[in-house]
Parts: sequence; structure tokens; C-alpha cells
Amino acid sequence: MRTNSRNFYLIPYVLWIALFVVTPLLLVLYYSFFDIEGHFTLENYRKFFTPVYLKMTLSSFWYAFLITLFSLLIAYPTAYLLTKTKHKQLWLLLIILPSWINLLLKAYAFLGIFGTYGAANSFLEAMGIGGRQILFTDFSFIFVSVYIFLPFMILPIFNSLDELNPTLLDASNDLGGSSWVTFKRVIFPLTLDGVKAGCQIVFIPALSLFMLTRLIAGNRVITLGTAIEQHFLVTQDWGMGSTIAVFLIIAMVLIMVLTGRRKRGIL
Amino acid sequence: MKKNRKWPAVYLALIFIILYAPIFYLIFYSFNSGGNMYQFEGFTLDWYRELFADTRLLIIVLNTVIIALLSAAISTIIGVAGALAIAYARKRRVKNTLLSLNNVLIVSPDVIIGASFLILFTMIGLKLGFVSVLLAHIAFSVPIVVLMVLPKIEEMSTSMIYAAMDLGASRLDVLTKVILPYITPGIFAGFFMALTYSLDDFAVTFFVTGNGFTTLSVEIYSLARRGVSLNINALSALLFLFTIILVTGYYFITKRNEKPNGMGVRQ
Repeated sequence: MRTNSRNFYLIPYVLWIALFVVTPLLLVLYYSFFDIEGHFTLENYRKFFTPVYLKMTLSSFWYAFLITLFSLLIAYPTAYLLTKTKHKQLWLLLIILPSWINLLLKAYAFLGIFGTYGAANSFLEAMGIGGRQILFTDFSFIFVSVYIFLPFMILPIFNSLDELNPTLLDASNDLGGSSWVTFKRVIFPLTLDGVKAGCQIVFIPALSLFMLTRLIAGNRVITLGTAIEQHFLVTQDWGMGSTIAVFLIIAMVLIMVLTGRRKRGIL
Repeated sequence: MKKNRKWPAVYLALIFIILYAPIFYLIFYSFNSGGNMYQFEGFTLDWYRELFADTRLLIIVLNTVIIALLSAAISTIIGVAGALAIAYARKRRVKNTLLSLNNVLIVSPDVIIGASFLILFTMIGLKLGFVSVLLAHIAFSVPIVVLMVLPKIEEMSTSMIYAAMDLGASRLDVLTKVILPYITPGIFAGFFMALTYSLDDFAVTFFVTGNGFTTLSVEIYSLARRGVSLNINALSALLFLFTIILVTGYYFITKRNEKPNGMGVRQ
């Protein structure tokens, strides 16, 4: 088949890329050079490098890192054990099912659970630890974020574990590898792509969760996302919002490069 | 391999409990006559009655479903075309460029997509509302469809296409009788993922929705910011039921597709 006859596949897709991928990114870059009155300026960039914004950026990264780390630590064993179950596709579906429930409903559920009289505090009191403020703390923010991202981390890891050729494990066994060695030398390296994909899926949204910071962290935590939302929808300072967005995009590109995988497949 | 089978089961059970507890917590309290989320006073269906009497909310639900179905359908079409374009791109460079551009919206944080689309729609002069939300949902669902379909196309052996062509199939025949049946599971997966993305999306919609138009997520957000109201609980119970039905349907569809079917192309 010659390519030129296939160009019709390309038309809607390339249009989509041009209009919704390239143009919006350029517009964000363009707007980042304007102040709130519409004058061309570099002031936004200077402002970004003041301690206020730098501190916010750092803390945003720190939270995203913690969220990703805990998600990974919980998700990997889950995905691994899932591949060992009998009806693994069904179990996988059940794991992913909660991610289909609206994110805000889940956050809202935690408003009840972590509330002053909620289930978590009743549980703590029954355990003899005593009730405490859970909502609007770092703990609640990270817990709820991990809860929400867990299925997204499990899915790619599960897929890469599932693709793993079982004869490789037998080979490792036959050659005398203990289960730990097999995991470290065979399973983990071969599923690294899944892990990277999972980290990518979790880390980048974790930088930008403004609804969770608003609902669960009670404006205590300000992520890059919260700042962008604030500038765009509250103070209407699109220029500064765009500048933060530019830095978020740069972070995103860096993460993509770091976790990017080379396409090896030959057609 | 019959080692201690207990702790994996315990671990998985724990994950399942944590994943589902908040959802059932919400549903449980939707039957609470007490009006709060911590003290169960008595069984009532009042919240459901109130929900069904609330026409404004029902319209919002309808809007959300229409947006989800439309955007999933349209993005599936564009996404399949895109996957074909990427898979059959002759030049490696073109292919990699397309893939990278495709992934931009997947790794982009929601706030950036939302903010940049807000700029885009404002610049075009598009009134914020149904159309802008629909366009935004299509735009961010396309790449996920591509990613679900692409592996299916790439795992397909090209000799099948050559065989079909040697046997006199036209290009359209090859597409509809060889490629599309083969990649159907991927297309379904893509469609359902797009549906999920659309139903679950809050951040992007929040940016590009105007004053007149609201989707469920945005509505829940504004309700939840005002505090606990058991109407939301009743709503989430219904949404959960709906999701279960959807997933069950999806499970049986994929089950049926797994059975060996028309691999051989017959004229």
C-alpha cells in the first residue's frame, strides 16, 4: 500500500493536532508576555522567580512526588497480585471501576469520612487514639490524591506485567534465581515501561489538582494548578496564569523526556 | 507454586475495601433521614425523591451524558483515523512526531488544557457553553483513543493486509474487513475510556463552561464547596449503579470479542 492513498486518515487527525494541541500551547506562550492591562512585558517571568512563586513551585513538586511514590508503592504489589488471580480481567475491571466514579464525588465522600464526626475519627476514638483534625491537613490531601490516582497507576503496571512472557520467569527459576532476584533482575526491568507510564499519569496531574486542594486541603496546599486556576478564573490575570502554565509545560516536557520510552516495535 | 496464599488475598482485599469504602459510605448515608454524613438516624428515601423532583439537576445530568456520548463517539472516529495514520506513516520521523504531538494532551495537566482552551475559544469568539465543552471533551479524548487502538494495529501482521490485497480486496475492503474487525477490541476500549474521561472530567470543563451551561462535575463541585448535602449522596448512589451496569455491559462485550472470530478473510 502506498502512503498517498492513505492521506485521508490524516486529515481529521492533523486538523485536531493543529487546532487543539499546537495552537493552545502557542497561545499560552503568547499570553505569558502580557500583563493584566494587555501590554507586552517580561514582568510575569520576573515575578515567577520571586521567592513566593518559587516556594509554591517547590512545594507543589514535593506533594506530587509524595503522591506518586505512595501510589507506586501500593499499586505495584496490587497489579502483581492481580495478574496471579484466576479471573484477572474481571478483577482488574473491579479495580478500575472506582476510577469511573466522578472524582469530585470521591473527594466529597472524604469530606464526610474525614470530617470532625466522620468515620475516620470515630475509628480513631474507638482505637483509643482520640479524634483529631484530619480534614484540611497534608495527610488528608495526600491520602485522597493517592486514593484517586491508584487505579491509574495500577492499569499500566498490570498491562506490562500481563505482557511478561512467563517462560522468562521459568528460565530465571531454572537458572537458580530466587524469587527476589527474579523480581529485581527480570520482572521489574521488563515492567519498567509500565511503571514509567504510571508515574507519568500520576505525577503530572498531581501537580495541577486544584479541586482537591480546594476541597480537601482547604486552600492550605497551593499547587501550580491552584495558582493557574486562581489567576485565570478569579483574578483574571491571564498573563501571570499563562506564565505559570509555561513553567508547568516545561516541567511536563522534562518529565516526559525522563520517563519517555523508545518505540522499538517495527511495523 | 502452592506457597502461602493467604497474604496476597489479604492485601488485595484491603485494597478493594479502601477503594470501595468511600463509595459505599456515600451510598449508605444517602438513606439517612438525619441529614448529615456521620450519624445514621433512620432509613428514608426522601433524598432520592428530592433528587427526582429537581428538574434543574436532571437537565444537568442529561447534558453530561449527551456530552459524554457525543464526545466519545466523535473522538473515537478521529482517534481511529489518527491511529491508522500513525501506524502506517512511512517515515519514522513523521511517526514519532505524530506520536509525541498525540501524547501532549495526555500528559498535559487538566488546568493547562482548560486554560489554553479558554484562551483559544475566547480568541475564536466562540461563546462558552455546550459547544465549547463538547469541543474540549472531544479534544482531550482523541489521544487516549489513539493510544488504545494503536497497539492493536501494530500487533497486526502486515501479511494479512498483503494477503487480502492479493486476493483482490479493495482498499476499503481491507479497512472494513481486515483491519477494523481486528482492532475492534481496541476501538471499544478507546470508546469507553473516552466516555470515562468525559464523565469524570472536571477541571477542563470548569474552565470552558460558561454561566449558562453546567455539567455534573462542575455542579457537584459547587455543591460540595457549600458543604455536605445528602442530595449529592443520592446522586452518587445512582451514578454508581449506572457505572456498574455500564461496566458489566463492557465486560461481556469484550468477553465475546475474545472468542476466536473471523480471522480468515473470506470473499
